[in-house]
Amino acid sequence: MNSIKTSSRFKREWPLYAMISVPALLVLIYYYGPMFGVVMAFQKFEPALGFLRSKFVGLGNFERLFKLPDIWEVVRNTLFIASMKIIVETIAAILVAILLNEIQRKKFKRTVQTIIYAPYFLSWVILGGIFRDILAADGLVNNLLTAVGMESYNFLGQPKTFPWVLILTETWQLTGFNAIVYLAAIANIDPNLYEAAAIDGAGRLKQTWYVTIPGMSSYIVVMLILNLGYILNAGLDQILMLYSSVVYSTGDVIDTWVYRAGLQNAQYSLASAVGLLRSIVSLIMVAGSYYIAYKKFDYRVF
Amino acid sequence: MIDNTLSRRVFNVINIVFFLLYCLICLVPIIHIFSVSLSSSASVSAGRVSLLPVDFTLKSYDYVLKKDEFWKALSISVIRVIIGVVVNMLMTILAAFPLSKTTKEFKAKNFFVWFFVFTLLFSGGMIPTYMIVRYTGLLDSIWALVLPGAVPVFNVILLMNFFRAVPKELEESAFIDGAGYFRIMWQIFLPVSLPALATLTVFTMVSHWNSWFDGMIYMNDARNYPLQTYLQAILVSPNTKLMTKAQAELLRLISDRTLKAAQVFIAAIPILLVYPFLQRYFVSGLTLGSVKG
Repeated sequence: MNSIKTSSRFKREWPLYAMISVPALLVLIYYYGPMFGVVMAFQKFEPALGFLRSKFVGLGNFERLFKLPDIWEVVRNTLFIASMKIIVETIAAILVAILLNEIQRKKFKRTVQTIIYAPYFLSWVILGGIFRDILAADGLVNNLLTAVGMESYNFLGQPKTFPWVLILTETWQLTGFNAIVYLAAIANIDPNLYEAAAIDGAGRLKQTWYVTIPGMSSYIVVMLILNLGYILNAGLDQILMLYSSVVYSTGDVIDTWVYRAGLQNAQYSLASAVGLLRSIVSLIMVAGSYYIAYKKFDYRVF
Repeated sequence: MIDNTLSRRVFNVINIVFFLLYCLICLVPIIHIFSVSLSSSASVSAGRVSLLPVDFTLKSYDYVLKKDEFWKALSISVIRVIIGVVVNMLMTILAAFPLSKTTKEFKAKNFFVWFFVFTLLFSGGMIPTYMIVRYTGLLDSIWALVLPGAVPVFNVILLMNFFRAVPKELEESAFIDGAGYFRIMWQIFLPVSLPALATLTVFTMVSHWNSWFDGMIYMNDARNYPLQTYLQAILVSPNTKLMTKAQAELLRLISDRTLKAAQVFIAAIPILLVYPFLQRYFVSGLTLGSVKG
């Protein structure tokens, strides 16, 4: 390449470099900085000494970590809550999309959509405030239970059922919004398929089972695969709002554990060691799931 | 498909009832909290409030709106949303435009695409991020709520896809007229991308308004909390006796519970206000990524 060509190329391209330099610098500091910062997982990290001068301890933090009695419980809770959320939320969203599609009155359909999408946009501070109120001992739900002669129930204080409170409240929040993708999937199904099925004598139920659901299947699989990438993400915001030490045995997850150990108890290195393991597993899961979605279903983000 | 069999009509009725119930389940918690906030604490603790306010009073709102801390937190939230949205949108545009070029036009394009996308796959985690924020001197400053998330990579990809769909001819003719990339971006790409930019702006507003975890970890001083963080601290703290004997009459009307309800509702108002816009736009916001076949 001769120098004239290079310089004219630069003359044209420099504004692109100028534009991208600012966001790239911020990404470098606040995304890549912490990636470099994971060295603290291998140090006896002291904030005053920083990443460069803290004492290096090799795998010491990881050895300590695996000896902690509650760490496996935390991992198990995370996997259980996250996978149940994926399963319950996916089924609920598919069901709602199919039923929503059957509504013939346009106006009613639109009103329903407006209402059921709304909870998605409220933060877990607001939703947590609401659920803490209505699930309390003297809250709306328990008042209803006692009114029909049942015993009141400590929804947020029973370790046995607490994960299900998390799963069901999140399903409540997200189902309407999650249904949008599946509605789009149904809209893409070739109407001729329904007519052919009808000619073959299939009723509505059979049409749903043999046309609608197979027609959605690639969307369902892609969504499941993509969700699988976030299997270690059990919902930090929600859990921080709803849990308490009484339900740690079933409700404490990796993210809440890292938050408490690292930022409340100043166990910086131990917490970042857990965080590093979480990030590595996530990297494998997310990259793997996107790869599968791309290879098998031609799904691409860009 | 017109289908008027009996079973079909029965199904339609059941389906409509199902959705009425579903809507009710979505609305009741929100309506209930609103009613609690408008009822006297005596009737709330007696369990008499369900869907409508009982013994109507505005005292809870009155009390909340007289608290300096509430207004302080609210003002921090408003400032945060304004600065946050401006910075996020600016960064999104500045990153998306170069990335939407081909490698022929922008030689380092592939490098930068991976540079940004990799952050979606791997992160240093909560604690190292906290340390970086601390070392860059942002703790207890409004910038701690803006800069760490200044580049929303997902939105960058979305806008990049949108920019790519802009017809090449527009750009080429502008080039011939002697325009540089800055002018092309400003005068061609941004105007034709207004719907996409509007969508992203509304979503960014909502996410800044709703964020609270960053406020909790990056602000040591509770006086620097944005509204949602301030509210979170109130909601999860054990109930406090907040009044003196002199305010005994007030105690009959308001309680921790009615005050919490009032604040929860106030924090939800901005979302409810922008919701009509959100609804108009969010379906288009979901077109990121696509399945073929």
